[in-house]
Amino acid sequence: MAAAPKKGSDPIFEWIRAKLFPSPLSSVATVLILYLAWQAIPPFIDWAFLDAIWRAPDSAACRAAAGACWVFVTEKYRFILFGTYPYEEHWRPALAIFLLITLWAASLAPMFWRRWLPLMWLAGLAAIGVLMWGGIGGLSYVENERWGGLVLTLLLTTFGIGGAFPLAVLLALARRSRMPVLQGLAVGFIELVRGVPLISLLFMASVMLPLFLPAGVSIDKLLRAQIALILFAAAYLAEVVRGGLQVVPRGQYEAADALGLSYWRKTVLVILPQALKIAIPPLVNSFIGLFKDTSLVLIIGLFDLLSTVKIVLTDPVWSGFGVEAYLFASLVYFVFCYAMSRYSQRLEWRLARAEGARPR
Amino acid sequence: MKLRSSDPRLRALVYQVSAAAATLLLGWFLISNTIENLAERNIASGFAFLDREAGFAIGETTFVPYSASGTYLEALTVGIANTLRVALIGIVAATVLGSLIGLARLSRNWLLAKLASGYVEFIRNVPLLVQLFFFYALIAEHTPVPREAIEFLPGWYLSNRGMFFPVPVFHAAHAWALAALAAGIATAVAFARWAARRRALTGGSLPVAEIALALVLGPPALTFIAMGTPLEFDVPRLSGFNFSGGVALTPEFTALTGGLILYTAAFIAEIVRAGILSIPRGQIEAACALGLRQRRILRFVILPQALRVIVPPLTNQYLNLTKNSSLAVAIGYPDLVSVANTTINQTGQAVEGVAIIMAVYLTITLTISVVMNWYNARMALRGQ
Amino acid sequence: MMQDAAMVEMEKVSKWFGAFRALKDVDLVVRRGEKYVVCGPSGSGKSTLIRLINRLETHDAGRVRVNGVDLDDDLRKVDAVRREVGMVFQSFNLFPHLTVLENLTLGPVWARNMPLHEANALAMQLLERVRIPEQAAKYPARLSGGQQQRVAIARALCMKPQLMLFDEPTSALDPEMIREVLDVMVELAHEGMTMIVVTHEMGFARTVADRIVFMDSGEIVESAPPGQFFSSPGTERARIFLSRVLGH
Repeated sequence: MAAAPKKGSDPIFEWIRAKLFPSPLSSVATVLILYLAWQAIPPFIDWAFLDAIWRAPDSAACRAAAGACWVFVTEKYRFILFGTYPYEEHWRPALAIFLLITLWAASLAPMFWRRWLPLMWLAGLAAIGVLMWGGIGGLSYVENERWGGLVLTLLLTTFGIGGAFPLAVLLALARRSRMPVLQGLAVGFIELVRGVPLISLLFMASVMLPLFLPAGVSIDKLLRAQIALILFAAAYLAEVVRGGLQVVPRGQYEAADALGLSYWRKTVLVILPQALKIAIPPLVNSFIGLFKDTSLVLIIGLFDLLSTVKIVLTDPVWSGFGVEAYLFASLVYFVFCYAMSRYSQRLEWRLARAEGARPR
Repeated sequence: MKLRSSDPRLRALVYQVSAAAATLLLGWFLISNTIENLAERNIASGFAFLDREAGFAIGETTFVPYSASGTYLEALTVGIANTLRVALIGIVAATVLGSLIGLARLSRNWLLAKLASGYVEFIRNVPLLVQLFFFYALIAEHTPVPREAIEFLPGWYLSNRGMFFPVPVFHAAHAWALAALAAGIATAVAFARWAARRRALTGGSLPVAEIALALVLGPPALTFIAMGTPLEFDVPRLSGFNFSGGVALTPEFTALTGGLILYTAAFIAEIVRAGILSIPRGQIEAACALGLRQRRILRFVILPQALRVIVPPLTNQYLNLTKNSSLAVAIGYPDLVSVANTTINQTGQAVEGVAIIMAVYLTITLTISVVMNWYNARMALRGQ
Repeated sequence: MMQDAAMVEMEKVSKWFGAFRALKDVDLVVRRGEKYVVCGPSGSGKSTLIRLINRLETHDAGRVRVNGVDLDDDLRKVDAVRREVGMVFQSFNLFPHLTVLENLTLGPVWARNMPLHEANALAMQLLERVRIPEQAAKYPARLSGGQQQRVAIARALCMKPQLMLFDEPTSALDPEMIREVLDVMVELAHEGMTMIVVTHEMGFARTVADRIVFMDSGEIVESAPPGQFFSSPGTERARIFLSRVLGH
């Protein structure tokens, strides 16, 4: 497809010709795109950067100006990232975010897949709990109604996946078992949860969970949302794990059987490690998906990252700057999700490479 | 026959009985608590509330007439109709747009490919809700009031009260033209079948596609002309603070549907791209070596195989779009979840409300799944 | 414990796969220390036959007795039998996520509850016996086909079985690696292991087998010592098969 450069012709010219004008129709497209870019990009740069207001005491200067109002971000970023957490203690959720990100990055690196990884997680989560709630070690107590922003998004996602994962493995095994009752229960749960929107599950958790519990027992809103997210993620993860289980060759089951291993030992020692390794890329994708889905808790009144942005907009001082606000929110989400998806691709590539090499 | 603990049938029985028992126990626990709590809070049970007057207006309706004095049942029906409207338009438009973007990503034109890639990467990594809010803010804050609406095409207006465009006034000739269209399609299908049979028997080929196209488009056009080409438009006109006449697309609908289309199209683009890439190069080389022309290769080699890979995940995206339309509640578009939410707030009957929402969505998603599975099975039978 | 105690007894065994009858009233007796080679055209039921012995397949009619234990649905009996019967598969079926050493110790530790250090010592001993002790820390994917199959043999031997089943052990190997695997099997035979081998390797059969069992269409057509089988096969079908297999 790439033609050898003609003798004496400039390689750059060749590239332009082959990549931008390979055919008449394509050339028209190139010209059209360049024209549209010419029309759209300079005004956008004007709006977003040149005419924009970056710092000001309030929004008056913004309303007078023609450009974007980034004061919104520079003035309010603390609230957006940390919610109503007490101002002086902001270092605590910041540190918690850093810890969470480190834990996740470490978990996705194959060199950390050792026995002590679960212990590291327990220690990390305990540390985060202490940081966020406080109450000991000289830290002031902050009730979880005041948690918000990015740290809430990360916590909901982390516990969502963490809680969903064991449940998903059990569901997948149940679905593949040949016992009709277990299979029926698993299929029923999975198809029910996958067939309804997440919102309905959040509503169910928010308004119906209090009804399900005996009088006098109450669970707070955060826990309700977390349970809904766990059940939701479990159904989708179960399908991912089931896919992995299906790919493990029959010969592995037979070899384990031939050694005389019982069902659970066979499943835990031989089948699941292989199935889960295969399922890592879609698992990471599910993580990214759940991270995005946490934005829906705004609808039931929890203060995740998107919600804090929206709340700032309701302030009359800042109303009308929705475009800037949501662009900023998009950027934050994009940075996280894109980094995770790139990482997942690299991981997939690395795993594929390690499995297949054989001297011939 | 002795029953021993190592007998697999006994074990299976024990596992299943305990699982069933545990589930039933949990169910009984939840239900009895619910009944108690409902009684305590004096909330009614049952679906009798559906016949009561709703008492709230709904911003926009789809073919279903409704007023504030309608019943809850009517209100919910409007909600369902609105949901279906968004879902159907979204699915069709997203498929078209997604396919184009997927093909663009595979294009030899570097600019086109990079643009498409950038689009897909950005959209897929930002939550849908953020994108919906963004579009809504864009429309609400950055479009002018109706007085100063942008007329970007003759008769097409864009303002912060929505998008308005003219629609032809219905005339008898249109009905006739539509009938002619239906007849034309039937004839074209019959012709295509006949041509295929003829080809199998005698090997002679006809320009089937061209003739079929003529059969489909010709009769309606002729009917229309014959009846005097009556074409009158109901053009939106500014009256007071808003437009009247023509068709109105509210900002809520536009933001929701537009956002859903752009979002889902990105995922469909990836599916289409993966489908086309999944075809081994050797297949196309073999087809070329046989001397088949481009169009035939596309139809007999590329499309069947690509479709087999594309259809299952595509079905998934259709389901996702339908479920994602429930985010309308955050934008203010009166879909099923919005209306049900209002109903729950007014009547306090959360259990029934949530049950209705879930039941409707389950029906819709199961229907789509069944249809696509049927289509999939047919393709599999035909192909192999 | 008697020298000629029966290791495997099959009486009128039949097996159906749906409507297809894979085994038709098969009778077979293999005594301790004997080496049987099972051969025949593909689809004759040879693999099915030996997979009945460790109950990877279940028989539909007749009786299968291994080491004095009647095989039926009782899981405990099946597990007990499987611990005494080792199997080597055509596609090796090594566990890719474990090192060679871990592949070998999995069975002893988790099916026989052996302490890990004892299992490790046993595993190294067996790796020496199949002549690849240096591969212990490697993952199976890094080994050649012949090496992998030898690891598979060592893995089965780690369970200290009384009977070894081989299901076409060299059919998936490149020609230059068949020799190294057959050598290990020959040594094993000389040490007195009871073996049932499904294979096309007639040279191996001639050297090692006490009896050659020829199967066709689910029946045992002929069962004879190698000398007799190769020089004067009793049936026409066996003759045709031999001419095909030995022809090239």
